[in-house]
Amino acid sequence: MADVGLIDHAGTDARVDSKALEGPRGARPRRVLSRRNIILYGTLFVVAAYYLLPLYVMVVTSLKGMPEIRLGNVFSPPMEITFEPWVKAWATACTGLNCDGLSRGFWNSVRITIPSVILSIAIASVNGYALSLWRFKGANLFFTILIVGAFIPYQVMLYPIVIILREMGIYGTLTGLVLVHTIFGMPILTLLFRNYFASVPEELFKAARVDGAGFWGIYFKIMLPMSLPIFVVAMILQVTGIWNDFLFGVVYTKPGVYPMTVQLNNIVNSVQGVKEYNVNMAATIITGLVPLIVYFASGKLFVRGIAAGAVKG
Amino acid sequence: MASVSVKNLDLSFGDIKVLQNLNLEIDKGEFLVLLGSSGCGKSTLLNCIAGLLDITDGQIFISDRNVTWEQPKDRGIGMVFQSYALYPQMTVEGNLAFGLKNARVPKDEIEKRIARAAQLLHIEPLLKRKPAQLSGGQRQRVAIGRALVRDVDVFLFDEPLSNLDAKLRAELRVEIKRLHQRLENTTMIYVTHDQIEAMTLADRIAIMRAGAIQQLADPATIYNKPYNRYVAGFIGSPSINFIDGTIEVASDPVFKAGDTTIDLSRYAFSGNGPKPGAVTFGIRPEHIFMDKAATDEPFRADVEVDVVEPMGADTLVWSTLDGHELRFRVDGQTPLRKGDRVKVGFDPARASIFDAETEMRL
Amino acid sequence: MPSTRPNQLFRNLNAKIASIPMILTAVVVFLGGTVWTVVYSFTDSKLLPRMRWVGLDQYERLWNTSRWLISIENLLIFGILVLIFSLVIGFVLAALLDQKIRFEDTFRTIFLYPFALSFIVTGLVWQWLLNPDFGVQSVIRSLGFENFNFDPLYNADIVIYGILIAALWQGTGLVMVLMLAGLRGIDEDIWKAARVDGIPMWKTYLFIVIPMMRPIFITTLVIITTGIVKVYDLVVAQTGGGPGIASEVPAKYVYDMMFLSQNLGQGFAASTIMLLTVMIVVIPWAYLEFGGKGKRHG
Repeated sequence: MADVGLIDHAGTDARVDSKALEGPRGARPRRVLSRRNIILYGTLFVVAAYYLLPLYVMVVTSLKGMPEIRLGNVFSPPMEITFEPWVKAWATACTGLNCDGLSRGFWNSVRITIPSVILSIAIASVNGYALSLWRFKGANLFFTILIVGAFIPYQVMLYPIVIILREMGIYGTLTGLVLVHTIFGMPILTLLFRNYFASVPEELFKAARVDGAGFWGIYFKIMLPMSLPIFVVAMILQVTGIWNDFLFGVVYTKPGVYPMTVQLNNIVNSVQGVKEYNVNMAATIITGLVPLIVYFASGKLFVRGIAAGAVKG
Repeated sequence: MASVSVKNLDLSFGDIKVLQNLNLEIDKGEFLVLLGSSGCGKSTLLNCIAGLLDITDGQIFISDRNVTWEQPKDRGIGMVFQSYALYPQMTVEGNLAFGLKNARVPKDEIEKRIARAAQLLHIEPLLKRKPAQLSGGQRQRVAIGRALVRDVDVFLFDEPLSNLDAKLRAELRVEIKRLHQRLENTTMIYVTHDQIEAMTLADRIAIMRAGAIQQLADPATIYNKPYNRYVAGFIGSPSINFIDGTIEVASDPVFKAGDTTIDLSRYAFSGNGPKPGAVTFGIRPEHIFMDKAATDEPFRADVEVDVVEPMGADTLVWSTLDGHELRFRVDGQTPLRKGDRVKVGFDPARASIFDAETEMRL
Repeated sequence: MPSTRPNQLFRNLNAKIASIPMILTAVVVFLGGTVWTVVYSFTDSKLLPRMRWVGLDQYERLWNTSRWLISIENLLIFGILVLIFSLVIGFVLAALLDQKIRFEDTFRTIFLYPFALSFIVTGLVWQWLLNPDFGVQSVIRSLGFENFNFDPLYNADIVIYGILIAALWQGTGLVMVLMLAGLRGIDEDIWKAARVDGIPMWKTYLFIVIPMMRPIFITTLVIITTGIVKVYDLVVAQTGGGPGIASEVPAKYVYDMMFLSQNLGQGFAASTIMLLTVMIVVIPWAYLEFGGKGKRHG
């Protein structure tokens, strides 16, 4: 039945001749150690080493005793591992008159970060929800001001906020700092949530309204359950951002309630006494540990968070 | 002389076999369409021919040259993509010239080729514009032009019309056909999921499914004598009616489904002739006639109308024949309502019968 | 009985109530605070803000203060170098990661982790690494290069480069991630078309892909610039502005004037200059991105 043009199921066309399989066949030959691969992976490994080096130096320094450090090489691994510097950094290092180590700053930072994260996300998610689905007259104007505000250097608003907090009677307290973090987290988080909710099919929202659900009903019963990933992204963004803050901590709190970064800087950069580099590095790692854990645990979500924050919506 | 041949081609990504032992011979000047639903491997095959994907095993020849290990640019091909893939920061002219400049083609030669391509595709007034200032149809013309200036023997089209609206699609389809007619000796391989494009453009169609070619034939054969049940169901809109039943061979072979018996003495069985057994009987809606037109047909029956779908020029009628769904096409002016009983008829010679087990045409 | 049209004010009432924090933040803090600071930069406020108008006196004094001039100079050098290096390195790293390599996730994780750290942590680590007695300089000297000199943190001439190294270590990963997102957004068919056209990879990047990524480059540029102007913690941790005042930056000047020197007027004037600097970059960008003839990128 050649006229039907049939081919059998093996797929061999009648016209394929047998001399076929001479000469090049299959994939292009490829060497693992091609010049391209050597350059490519070589560069990546060198750069990766550069990025990892400081982390490595931090860790080894914090595990050495001071005599060993004075011998000289920051890169050499510790001959004798000691956890003394970690203990000292955590429990007894001095800042000014307080000698209870970084633990004080750590707990301050915890008490700052948790309420700030919850409050800022709660407010920003409702903002984003209202902006994307319940647009009212003027809403976009306020949103524009908010976004433009994200570009204004904080220094411009530092003092007016001091006045506002003083009027409210919470200047120098953790409550005041929580409020400040909520305010300055608002632009980026609102943008994040607005863009997310705007991508939710509008039919879903309309269907819920036809079913009689109101502003809060739709938010809690429909939007919230389906947007958990974006809440996680926002949390990652805020936990690292707030934990790492230094400027607001130093401006709006007092020494007793300084967050960890401020205390760390005071421990390391205080002029009095002999410099204990191992304790300093231990303190530095301990401070960096929370954001690092969040970073390594969150993986791609962290990337998504900063990309969402950075690339406009 | 074969222009493109694919021999024993295998492609796998890890453990997933995308194309398996695929063979294809395309003649010089032929227009071959690779047709199939998404994920069938048709675009993958095209990318292999272009050299954009490394194959796992097998060989590819273009103009009788083994190009299996050649770079795409050295294979003597031009390619047109679904998303146009024009270089957005360059003018139309720049887009056409960029590849040639890189290949160090002399300047006057570049100009000559661009002028010819622009004239063939009617894009002369657009040469100084940037892609963003062009409509979808114009962009695709430029993309075709970029393949044209390469002065090659083989054109590869990867769903070039899928991003266009229906009207433009029809226009550009004719344009491509015209282009193929003017460029004698230019082989075109065209990937699409649109059967109308395939039927109208192709010299031959290769219907693909799950990485294998189901049938490779000219459009009329594909339509009239589908090789297997899949091809029969895939080609034709509205799609073919299938009725499951059995073949019985007494003096003449007959098809039986419930109380319905269809005489198959006029049906051209392939191979060794009719054999009793379970089969699927397929008849296209446009081959079924109604009322007076049905009286001369060898097979006739009464059916009850279920649903009437008027589509303007004609009307599609969904009816029930002895418990089996039967769709047929009538003139758009025919007055019909649900519940009407009408007489229909067809010629079993135009049917396609498939083995119920192997799904192969009998 | 025809129902009366409800008062406009009460339409979407819940949404409006829910938006009160946002409205207060936008109007009172961001808008009000900025205006307030700009206005008070024309007064002679010292320990406390007071409304005694002195015109441009504060600005005149500012531009006659050597510490401020050094801050601005540092910011310029630092800013330009950070921009160039982070864009170039970030793009190259992104392009390398985009070559369908093995362990892409691992490399990306390594390049980006410093970005998760506080500037204070970064500053302190690099302070230690650049310590002339124990850090890079001493290690290289101990390898036999005894005349090797690299002590940026104690040399006023090159201290800003010491900060630059730390800043690039922390920030390049972000640029890389943004660039990688941009590269991944490039239509696969463009690469295929370029390969069929026989265009070498470096030319494809240079003449086709980078021009296509212009919006991403501009956005990244704006993000880096606003970050540079704000740079403060890093300097405080790494050098404290020293040696002497060699590594002072405007943001630190503002803080010191406001909260250490009881010279609010100077702080307000300096922060207003910072605001202007950012606006010079942001306004044209915002105009390009959101204004003009509507959407231009696509």
